[in-house]
Amino acid sequence: MITLLKNGRLYDPANNKDGVVQDIYIRDGRIIAKPSPTEKISHSFDLSGKVVMAGAIDMHSHIGGGKINIARMMLPEFQESRRYSEPEAHICSPNCSHHATPNAIETGFRYIEMGYTAAFEPAIMPSNARQAHLEMADTPMIDKGGYAMLGNDDFFMRMLASGKDQKAINDYVAWTLHATQAIGIKVVNAGGISAFKFNQRKLDLDEKHTYYQISARNIIKSLSRAVYDLGIAKPLHVHCNNLGAAGNFETTLNTINAADGLPMHLTHIQFHSYGIEGDRKFSSAAAEIAQAINQHKNISVDVGQILFGQTVTASGDSMVQQLNAKHANPKKSVIMDIECDAGCGVVPFKYRDQNFVNALQWAIGLELFLSVTDPWRIFLTTDHPNGAPFTCYPHLIRLLMDKSFRNEAFAKLNLDAQAMSNLKSLEREYSLYEIAIMTRAGPAKLIGMHDRGHLGIGAGADIAIYNDQSDREAMFSEPAYVFKDGELVVKAGKVIKVTWGATYTAKPEYDLSIEHDLKPYFDRYHTVQLRNFKIDTAEISQDGRGSIIVSKDN
Amino acid sequence: MRSIIALAKKTGATLDHMHSEATVRNTLTLQNSGWQTTTLNEVKNRADLILAIGTDIVSSHPRFFEQLVWNKDSLFNKPTPEVIYIAASGNTHAGVSPEGKAPKILTAKTADLPLLMSALNALAQNKSLKTDQIAGISIDSLQYLLSEIKASKYAVVVWSPACLVFAHAELTVQSITQLIATLNQSSRVAGLPLNSGDGDSSINNTSTWLTGYPTRNRFNAEQRGGEFTYDAYHFSTQQQLKNCDALLWISSFNAYSPPTTNAPTIVIGHPNIQFTQAPDVFIPIGIPGLDHAGTMFRMDSSVALPLKKIRDLGLPTLSMVLRDIESLIP
Repeated sequence: MITLLKNGRLYDPANNKDGVVQDIYIRDGRIIAKPSPTEKISHSFDLSGKVVMAGAIDMHSHIGGGKINIARMMLPEFQESRRYSEPEAHICSPNCSHHATPNAIETGFRYIEMGYTAAFEPAIMPSNARQAHLEMADTPMIDKGGYAMLGNDDFFMRMLASGKDQKAINDYVAWTLHATQAIGIKVVNAGGISAFKFNQRKLDLDEKHTYYQISARNIIKSLSRAVYDLGIAKPLHVHCNNLGAAGNFETTLNTINAADGLPMHLTHIQFHSYGIEGDRKFSSAAAEIAQAINQHKNISVDVGQILFGQTVTASGDSMVQQLNAKHANPKKSVIMDIECDAGCGVVPFKYRDQNFVNALQWAIGLELFLSVTDPWRIFLTTDHPNGAPFTCYPHLIRLLMDKSFRNEAFAKLNLDAQAMSNLKSLEREYSLYEIAIMTRAGPAKLIGMHDRGHLGIGAGADIAIYNDQSDREAMFSEPAYVFKDGELVVKAGKVIKVTWGATYTAKPEYDLSIEHDLKPYFDRYHTVQLRNFKIDTAEISQDGRGSIIVSKDN
Repeated sequence: MRSIIALAKKTGATLDHMHSEATVRNTLTLQNSGWQTTTLNEVKNRADLILAIGTDIVSSHPRFFEQLVWNKDSLFNKPTPEVIYIAASGNTHAGVSPEGKAPKILTAKTADLPLLMSALNALAQNKSLKTDQIAGISIDSLQYLLSEIKASKYAVVVWSPACLVFAHAELTVQSITQLIATLNQSSRVAGLPLNSGDGDSSINNTSTWLTGYPTRNRFNAEQRGGEFTYDAYHFSTQQQLKNCDALLWISSFNAYSPPTTNAPTIVIGHPNIQFTQAPDVFIPIGIPGLDHAGTMFRMDSSVALPLKKIRDLGLPTLSMVLRDIESLIP
């Protein structure tokens, strides 16, 4: 059975196609070369005038695991926001949804209805990984996967403090990838979550953890080396220390230097680009950060743009969230220490355009988007739901592609914040080609999804087709068609067929003898046995819905 | 739980857990103010003080001290934890350390806990109280208790909503969590809310990611083409039994019989249920973790564990039965 997509205009950066009109043929879920004239075309779609891109990939979105479920449980009132028909903040447009905590089913539906065909949970706590996979298993339509959190867990901290060699650390990191069925490794406030359990309230890059006597820099260097040595595609995912603190851009710059040229991804960089200029000692350091990113080709970032309205911040960074709890809106929060492994903090938040700090955060995010020159190294995220719900992406895309729309929004912000931002002087408008890099080709390359994010022969047929409208927000809110693995699943922005997607993992080779150390450690100190800690592939695939894909890079 | 939700969607059912009278006291606190909590591994390796409020812990969690408090091995060389109860009765003997050190007991009736927690909160916020005792406990004892918590490196405060049986007990839970939040401004203290068993934390977690809400939720077919709504009061079993069309009672871990009701009753559950009132239909099923595999959330809600099948009596699983029923409903 062959499906023909005829006359579409392709934006396929991985294959250097910038608006080329070309036919696509699909068979058995994959894009194939033009078949011989004798082969029957079963379905044909005329895509004249339409924009064709690979399915989009969200490389950082909190879609599974404990934190978001705590947020749902704590904030039943958020479910009501599904019924809102009016935008919450006055610079939002009707397409903005402010539903920050959709359930698993809605999550899959809302993603595919925007043309997204994969999303990655960036903060899987190993001890909570089974829950993350259970939730993702109940998330339909899209492919998924996650990054396992290390760098605050006692076993690793102990290895590093006792001077274990890099090979042993590499084995532990690889073991964690296998045990948690993850595709990447993340470090959150390196050492800080653990330090908070010892009553430290702040940890700078070169500050020592009081118990283990190691610094965040030690942790980041060791983990980035391990990830590099193991040869997995996804570079270490780094949530820098001092998130949200005025003046934290220096920590961020120092972290970039700490990478020592190894690949490293700095996540939600907007929250880490703050200076201390001005009367209120809070300013944009986007220019300094963007310059460092432009200079360091080993660094990639995602932005974590904030957009105005009600949301909830859900982070592994219990140390910082404990400080943020006083800003909670509504006034409630959950802060947890978890399993000598990591922690979490869930704090609801309402970003307001008339609030100086919030308005400047909005501007800083956009300054970063517009000042980082290489779209292959900067990714479009709102750190869902921390900066805004992922359903705001079409709005964010329009802000990037439409200077006058952006400047009109800027003019409505808190005036003091306007005075502190150079946003209006930034002329850049993203092209469709650049958007396709940032949301498709770039993330696929970064994560190691080699047959996704592009429209070449052999690619998985995840394809989003949009009506070319000058209002880019309207355009990206409602694709004309979305194909997932070759099947038509969305028509005119609505799901017409339910599918379940696969789970992407990385399983580098390693020395199994690491379990000689882990087994007695679990037996003596843990409350779970080693064999129950590990997630078996069958747990994900045996229900007949889920499946595991192992990304091959090494 | 996936099958329960699917059946609820087909039938417009209201969902509640058999122990939710207790669970809801915690849930309401979570929804009102949130909380600061910890998990079992942290307790085992970090806790140097256990404060049990209104519970002896072991009546519902018999191996708590053995597994998590009296352990000789811990990661951070902590001392054997100090144990303090604020409680009226129960098995406080379990709080005697293996070396014979007796726990501290501040004897307090359950009904006095709201007052005592308010007093502790006031003292923790450096407010003075114009009395020298609260519910028979001297202010000095309460001050001393606070100083001990502050001096500890990692105090764990344990409560059991099932033990707090009085009107608006959620406000007392909130008072406990508020005290924890206040003390955390300078030292480390964490809560450990106990669960009530029979898969309550599994059901609440799964229900939440599938429907957006923990239990006491209902599927409304009329609402926007069908969606779940939530009401912690009206959707309780007690309220619903007054006017429901039918009761479907599921009890797979233990042989609990359903509440007495005039509504037609279907029971799917443990083969050994002894009925006080014969149900209209009874379908015996296997026990998860014994007769079939499954997944279960631990009491601290952060860790999900695999359950294995260890025998074969030929009993169907709950989800098989529910799927069969669902497939017969047009």
